[in-house]
Amino acid sequence: MRFNKNIPVGPRNLTALKKGESGILERIDMSEVDAHRLMELGFLPGHSVTRAHSAPGGDPRVFRVDGSEVALRRETAVHLILR
Amino acid sequence: MDDCHGPAIATLPPPGTAGKQHVVAIVGPPNSGKSTLFNRLTGLRQKVANFPGVTVEHRMGRAKLGHLREVFVVDLPGVYSLQPRTEDERVTHDVLAGTMKGLPRPDAVMLILDSTNLSRHLSLAAPILSLGLPTLVILNMADDLHGRGGEVDAAELSKQLNAPVVLISASKGTGVEKVFEFLNGAPQHLPPKPPLLQLPVLQDVPKVRDWAANMSRRTNFRAPAPPLWTRRLDGIFLHPVIGPLVFLMVVIGVFQTIFAGARPMMDAVAAAIQTSGKWIEATMPDSPLRSLIVDGVWSGVGSVIVFLPQILLLFLFIGVLEDSGYLARAALIADRTMARIGLQGKSFIPLLSAYACAVPAIMATRTIENKRDRIATILIAPFMTCSARLPVYTLVIAAFIPEKPLLGLFFGTRAAALLGLYLLGFLAAIATARLLKSTVLKSTRAPFILEMPPYRWPTVTSLVLRLIDRSRVFLRRAGTVILAVAIVLWVLAHLPLHAGKAPAIGQSIAGMIGHAVEPAIRPLGFNWKIGIGLITSLAAREVIVGTLGTIYGIEGTTQSMGLQAALRHDLTPGGAAALLVFFAFAMQCMSTVAVVRRETAGWRWPIIQFAYMTVFAYVFAFLANRIVSLWF
Repeated sequence: MRFNKNIPVGPRNLTALKKGESGILERIDMSEVDAHRLMELGFLPGHSVTRAHSAPGGDPRVFRVDGSEVALRRETAVHLILR
Repeated sequence: MDDCHGPAIATLPPPGTAGKQHVVAIVGPPNSGKSTLFNRLTGLRQKVANFPGVTVEHRMGRAKLGHLREVFVVDLPGVYSLQPRTEDERVTHDVLAGTMKGLPRPDAVMLILDSTNLSRHLSLAAPILSLGLPTLVILNMADDLHGRGGEVDAAELSKQLNAPVVLISASKGTGVEKVFEFLNGAPQHLPPKPPLLQLPVLQDVPKVRDWAANMSRRTNFRAPAPPLWTRRLDGIFLHPVIGPLVFLMVVIGVFQTIFAGARPMMDAVAAAIQTSGKWIEATMPDSPLRSLIVDGVWSGVGSVIVFLPQILLLFLFIGVLEDSGYLARAALIADRTMARIGLQGKSFIPLLSAYACAVPAIMATRTIENKRDRIATILIAPFMTCSARLPVYTLVIAAFIPEKPLLGLFFGTRAAALLGLYLLGFLAAIATARLLKSTVLKSTRAPFILEMPPYRWPTVTSLVLRLIDRSRVFLRRAGTVILAVAIVLWVLAHLPLHAGKAPAIGQSIAGMIGHAVEPAIRPLGFNWKIGIGLITSLAAREVIVGTLGTIYGIEGTTQSMGLQAALRHDLTPGGAAALLVFFAFAMQCMSTVAVVRRETAGWRWPIIQFAYMTVFAYVFAFLANRIVSLWF
């Protein structure tokens, strides 16, 4: 994995969203199978993603996307790049 | 409101061969209310089944249409598309394509979608409609949609899709008669026409999603307001401080339920089994047959049936958690902790249930979609200290550990020993989980994705159906596998006959086996009597208590001694420690083996698991014997 847990490196991703904040998804940097699965749940490039609640400790986090709420772990969320 | 719309193709083709019944598949995304509709259509005329060679379960049921007519309804796994990537998707794909072994291609499809989330869920309509099967599009959760100010023009959608569309609420039952109408329709078969809006040629997600968005726009779909109550409740249940407190209360509640709550009912069942056994004993003439029925079948099967109240209460609890939507929140809260041992949040409740009994715990792993995580959870669940271990633990601890206060009045040496055994099982589970997830079950980094469904009131119907289904599974096993094992064990303990009478247990086949295995178990500090107990307790752990009772009751030298005293006479402290450790780790439970075989659809995992746990138990019992023998 090419990310660092503490210092934000690379493009802005889902973990940068604060609670209640929204962003537009640019792309998903994951294998095709995983990206497909996320897209089916509403994580589509060009669509808006809103950060909602999170588990205690901040991981995993819940995201509001395309009419539903989906929780992702930090390790997954960093691969969803915002515009 | 007129709920059924569209061309009069709301019918099924005539059955291909005379006498053959129609098969109709229910397809839909997860959380679209598939199971609720299935329950509405079939009621109790349903069963859970596995397709050959896959772990995905599906439910088959018969929907009564009146005039002795029925159709078979298959509830398929929830999917978002028909791309066969996961096992769930492959099963749904194969069934609809007609390539699934053991099931003919369905005659028609009921596509159920969540109307509150229509623009996204309509995506599934594209691949389903391209199948060319007569399809009824069911927009579910109409009550929720309207309640939150949403709107959809079902007639227009029907026109656009060229397929009948009904708007229903499966949980309230409104509009379900329209579904029956479809199933019952006049026997005229028109091939479905393609939708007005051309289906995307390439079934790739963004294109299909655009198609779905266009489609819902054409039907004047007004998305409902956000689910306010769900947000409010999440404000509490996922609150950084209150959330974990609620979670803890739920965990304690589950524990209380399965231990304290179930106790009176379990006692009542045990008493009923004992009384009826005594009654049979009194009414039948003394014969080997009576002994077989009373000592073999009645007490053997009874020792398993005793757990039924506990299992039902547990499933009631899990059912409420799952149907209300809280289970997803609990999984979210538990995820980080579970991730440390290589598992995930959804493994938490099943593992917690395993403290009551591994059987319902393993059945409860069905909520884990990730197959590897599910198998890992199944494999470690029997390490959790189930209630069947308690009789063994209490007996041996009472016999060997003198009660001395350690911390105040309520925590003494015996409680500490018991707690230590709980901890031992827990540690073994963690070690095994880590081992599994870093070797054979290494996940290919499939991302952890957890959908948070809106909170809903659980319905009594769905809870009751679930309880009936689980009891049936459990009782069928008690009536087959357990019954067979009980009979075999009785035969082993009562043959060969000596002068027409059952032999002393030492001379029985079980005794011979006990003597035969003695060299193998001597390093653990066990003699042949414990050996017999180990063999009979293969049926269920607590059976060893009864067996030892029989052995010491029968045998001359230890007669008239209490069971505890008899054990002290026969076991060294090292051997006693080894016995405790052996029972903490070994998979001495036929019910668990049977349920693992069922849930993993094959003998491979239960055999691996049984062998692993037995070797694990043997090695650590050996070490316990050696280490304790150094001091005592």
